Amino acid sequence: MLALVPLFPLLGFVINAALGRRLPKTVSGSVASAVMVASFVVSVMIVLELAAMPADQRAIEQTVYTWIASGDFVLDLTFRVDPLAAVMILVVTGIGALIHIYSTAYMHDESVGEYARYFSYLNLFAAFMLVLVLGANFLVLFVGWEGVGLCSYLLIGFWFRKRSAADAGKKAFVVNRIGDYAFILGMLFLFARFGTLDFRQLASTVAAMPPEEGVFGALSIASLLLFIGATGKSAQIPLYTWLPDAMEGPTPVSALIHAATMVTAGVYMIGRNAVLFSHAPETMMIVAVVGALTAVMAGTIGLVQNDIKRVLAYSTVSQLGLMFLAMGVGAFGAGIFHLYTHAFFKALLFLGSGAVIHALHGEQDIRQMGGLRRYLPITYWTFLIGSLAIAGVPFLSGFFSKDEILYETFHGGHTLLWLIAAVASLLTAVYMFRLVFLTFHGDGPHAVGVTSHDVGATSPRVGATPNDVGATSHGLGAAPHLHDAPPAMALVLIVLAVGSVLAGYVGIPHALGGHNALATWLAPSFVPVGGEIAGEAAAEETALELTLMGVSSLIALAGIALAAFVWLTRRALAAAIALRYPTLYRLLLNKYYVDEIYDAAVVRPIQALSQEGLWRGFDVKVVDGAVNGTGAIVDASATLLRRLQTGSVRAYAGSLFIGVVVILGYYLWR
Amino acid sequence: MPLLTLSWLLPLAGAIGLLLVGNADGRRNGAIRWLTLAVSLATLAVTAAVWAGFDPAVAEFQFVERVPWIPAFGIDYSLGVDGISLLLVVLTAFLTPIALLSSWGSIERKVKEFSIFMLALEAAMIGVFVALDLFLFYVFWDAMLVPMYFLIGIWGYDRRIYAAIKFMLYTMAGSVLMLVAILGLAYLHSAATGRYSFDLLALSTLDIAPQTEMWFFLAFTVAFAIKVPLFPFHTWLPDAHVEAPTAGSVILAGVLLKMGTYGLLRFSFPLFPEAAASFAPWLALLAVVGIIYGALVAMVQPDMKKLVAYSSVSHLGFVVLGICAMNAQGVQGAIYLMLAHGVSTGGLFLMVGMLSDRRHTRLIGEYGGLKAVVPRLSAAFLIITLASIGLPMLNGFPGEFLIMLGAFRWDPRFVVAAGLGVILSAVYMLWMVQRVYYGEVRHGENATLPDLHPREWASVLPICAMAVVMGVFPTLFLRPMEASVEALVQQMQATQTLRAMDNPHPPAPRTPTPGNWTAMRPVTRILYSLSRPHSGPSRAERGQKRWLPAKGSGGYQGAVPLGWLIGIGN
Repeated sequence: MLALVPLFPLLGFVINAALGRRLPKTVSGSVASAVMVASFVVSVMIVLELAAMPADQRAIEQTVYTWIASGDFVLDLTFRVDPLAAVMILVVTGIGALIHIYSTAYMHDESVGEYARYFSYLNLFAAFMLVLVLGANFLVLFVGWEGVGLCSYLLIGFWFRKRSAADAGKKAFVVNRIGDYAFILGMLFLFARFGTLDFRQLASTVAAMPPEEGVFGALSIASLLLFIGATGKSAQIPLYTWLPDAMEGPTPVSALIHAATMVTAGVYMIGRNAVLFSHAPETMMIVAVVGALTAVMAGTIGLVQNDIKRVLAYSTVSQLGLMFLAMGVGAFGAGIFHLYTHAFFKALLFLGSGAVIHALHGEQDIRQMGGLRRYLPITYWTFLIGSLAIAGVPFLSGFFSKDEILYETFHGGHTLLWLIAAVASLLTAVYMFRLVFLTFHGDGPHAVGVTSHDVGATSPRVGATPNDVGATSHGLGAAPHLHDAPPAMALVLIVLAVGSVLAGYVGIPHALGGHNALATWLAPSFVPVGGEIAGEAAAEETALELTLMGVSSLIALAGIALAAFVWLTRRALAAAIALRYPTLYRLLLNKYYVDEIYDAAVVRPIQALSQEGLWRGFDVKVVDGAVNGTGAIVDASATLLRRLQTGSVRAYAGSLFIGVVVILGYYLWR
Repeated sequence: MPLLTLSWLLPLAGAIGLLLVGNADGRRNGAIRWLTLAVSLATLAVTAAVWAGFDPAVAEFQFVERVPWIPAFGIDYSLGVDGISLLLVVLTAFLTPIALLSSWGSIERKVKEFSIFMLALEAAMIGVFVALDLFLFYVFWDAMLVPMYFLIGIWGYDRRIYAAIKFMLYTMAGSVLMLVAILGLAYLHSAATGRYSFDLLALSTLDIAPQTEMWFFLAFTVAFAIKVPLFPFHTWLPDAHVEAPTAGSVILAGVLLKMGTYGLLRFSFPLFPEAAASFAPWLALLAVVGIIYGALVAMVQPDMKKLVAYSSVSHLGFVVLGICAMNAQGVQGAIYLMLAHGVSTGGLFLMVGMLSDRRHTRLIGEYGGLKAVVPRLSAAFLIITLASIGLPMLNGFPGEFLIMLGAFRWDPRFVVAAGLGVILSAVYMLWMVQRVYYGEVRHGENATLPDLHPREWASVLPICAMAVVMGVFPTLFLRPMEASVEALVQQMQATQTLRAMDNPHPPAPRTPTPGNWTAMRPVTRILYSLSRPHSGPSRAERGQKRWLPAKGSGGYQGAVPLGWLIGIGN
């Protein structure tokens, strides 16, 4: 039954890839959504089955066949679901299905062939992600790992006529490959060392070894290599640059990449190998620091971006940083908790931004928006809920998960990291509400209709009420007509908004009188089979936890207040600050010039070396020069030797005589 | 029924039969094409029958046929396949019909002659893989050059003559060395047993002095390295590939390059295990340089065919690395990648050929936006591209991964460098795909290109299907080779162990691990082996007359035993 989970979307892919051009759009869209729903239903059944088992035995395994066998290397295509994988398949199929449904409306303007192509890729994406989370060993995980990389390539570059889209797709794939290189080395290292790639066997073997305190041994090297792979997939420093560009794809794809699939893979992989990582404290420290730094760095960039999707993209990078921080301080449960709640509100935010873009016919610049709350009420309210959740406002889902990360970090003694994470939280609240206020509040919108309606040079001001807008648009055909999300999209937004509010309640901390059910559920996944499941947090720290909770609530509210102060009441202030510190502003706006630095330091030198040095230099001049030179030498020496063939008998006799003298002379005088 | 004889005689008979057909005016072109295709398909059926009858549990040669041919010199007509050669034979028979289909529309001139050369080429290629007698092997090896020379020289593109001659000279230079070595082996056999023999099995039991062995190994290996082509012997390849007609490129990339790596695996390593052990690290080094070098140079090519050609240098580097590792994963991975590369690179040349048939240019810059124009062709191209860059569940991955696994167990440093090829292959292949298929259509002629037509489907579909099947069910192909590879690896490792026991002062052996057959550090081993020739009296002791043999010594020290070459001495 386990294999059915990825098999359903795979089936959808095959149907749409093979027959899509001949199917009407409603059929291909429905097939794609239906297989996702079917997969979700199967997942729920599996999870229920799992829940019925005793906590320390929760695992269902299915070996499909032996994939690769060579000598002592035998690798089965095995799926295994345990509590961690259970959470993941629910997220992937659940959020994934919603995104599919949303897409049926969002992509409606595409031609039949393109529509089918889109859904075939989308299904394939989900299938590979499910293979990734269900894989019982590294290589099956790697199948999914590479597979989602491929699908992101295909989907980011979906509008392949646009150069920027094709570029972004390729960038995503290549940057991911850099991570994969390290990941492959990590796998090879583990197999060469331990003779297995199975997660459970590996965990048991590693658990018997002492943790590598203060030394950088085999476990540290292997886990570091794996983590480098994760930085590619999950967009962490230094390999995060592909993710913000990934918004070139259709918006639901961004939602899929950022929420349900792909970027969560790295976090999941560390959770999957919790035993290995926790035996390598040096690597863990690196993970935590990289996570914290990424969180802050992406947050600062997010503050000044003007593209609605780009702000959200950096917010994902930042939130992923927090998840890695959690992993790095050993709070695996907290990291996965945040992954899970993040899936809801990030999907909601991206799909909400999609509704905005849809309504504005492709406009993505938030400076051109404003006042949209009046015209897009469903979008506005759901988007607001998502923003409150991601900002960590008390009693919404993001609050619980983010708070757990902050608490665990502080509690683990990483005060500095806690401080960095707190700053990142503040930034989150600020840039999210900057986005909300610029998009939905104030006056505007400024550029509505210009992009798709030929209404001349001036931007029409929109009237006071939605009714007026509708009337003018029907009447004149020139004024903007703003319509809120169509039913399929609206439904998905509402479902996700409800999720963003409630999702956190599976993990209410003990300090608030809850049982942190999610942490309890996940705990067996982070210890070797038969290992002792970590105990719950002791009661005396309740006070500390409550204090920290208060602090982080204050941070969230302060951030929102700050954003409101600047972008609701004193818009000029933001511009003034930017003018006052132009260097800083430009540095942030240009994303610290990281892309440019990579380009100048890596891409160009390699190209120049290959072009001039290796190809035109070594290949053509040296090697071919030598080959052709040999020919020339033969030719030249033949020309030279030909002169000896004078045809004169006297000359021949003379040289014969000289030769005899020389040879005799040599032997006589030796 | 002697299936192996049939498998190479059938295409040859077809070629001879075609000679008798009159086609001066080109009226029978159609019939000739169909007949040729039928012959190649029949050959495919024969090889499939060999596969079906092959017992994967047996490590030794199967379907063996042995008839004395020139008894005076101990030359036999002897054929056989084992796990190493079986699938290469099948690959040859699989690619030939596809190559024929690809030239259906593009070869209009001298169709009869073209078909004759193609069938003759197929016969020789299969012969190379099934020959067990070194003399017979050499006959097939050189016979293969002739049709290829003409295929490039007659039906090629503009610089075809230069490319054909370069191809011929490069390969001949290697073959001559190999011929000398083959004759030398036969002579050594006669010196040891009193009779000549060219039989592979008989020769592999020969006890050769380490010094001599080294030179034999080098002679064989240089010949094969040129064919692979191993860096820096690769410069014939881009020219030959680019100038060859599509069918020629498909066969070149698909089969001919594999003969180099096949030769290493069949002759160089098992016949001269000790020399192989000394030189393996150096070969691996060249292989790794080739992997990165080929990829970097491929990246900057403006010509699609050249790009794919250089990518072959990179991929074949992986194959050589796997062979050098000489453990189960390395060698099986190497053979697997040979097969996979044959399918996927053959496929790439096929589809580049289709584009160039349509637009009469191979320059990447002339294309752009084709995905909108020819969606099916571009989808097929993308699948093969992904296979070529080693995406899991497509055919490139199992081979590449097993090679890296095997090589990692042998010496991880090579893998750390070779792995960069994983990144670079994605860069150059996807960049090409992007420039050819994505973006807007920039050239008017491109806007009306036709998509795949049925005959092209017939050649593309088997390639794509094979790429998927080999990726999803690699055990189908790994199983038949397992026993033979296991036997080879054990034989090689046993020799090493024996050697280590013989040597009273082994220079600090590394901890032996299952994958480690060159038990010393590569550099130490090389220095050690190279130092032996000079272990005699020092230059000062030998005085001024250093260029002549020291008085009283039987012959040259540490140099080529020239005696056997001209039949004197010893």
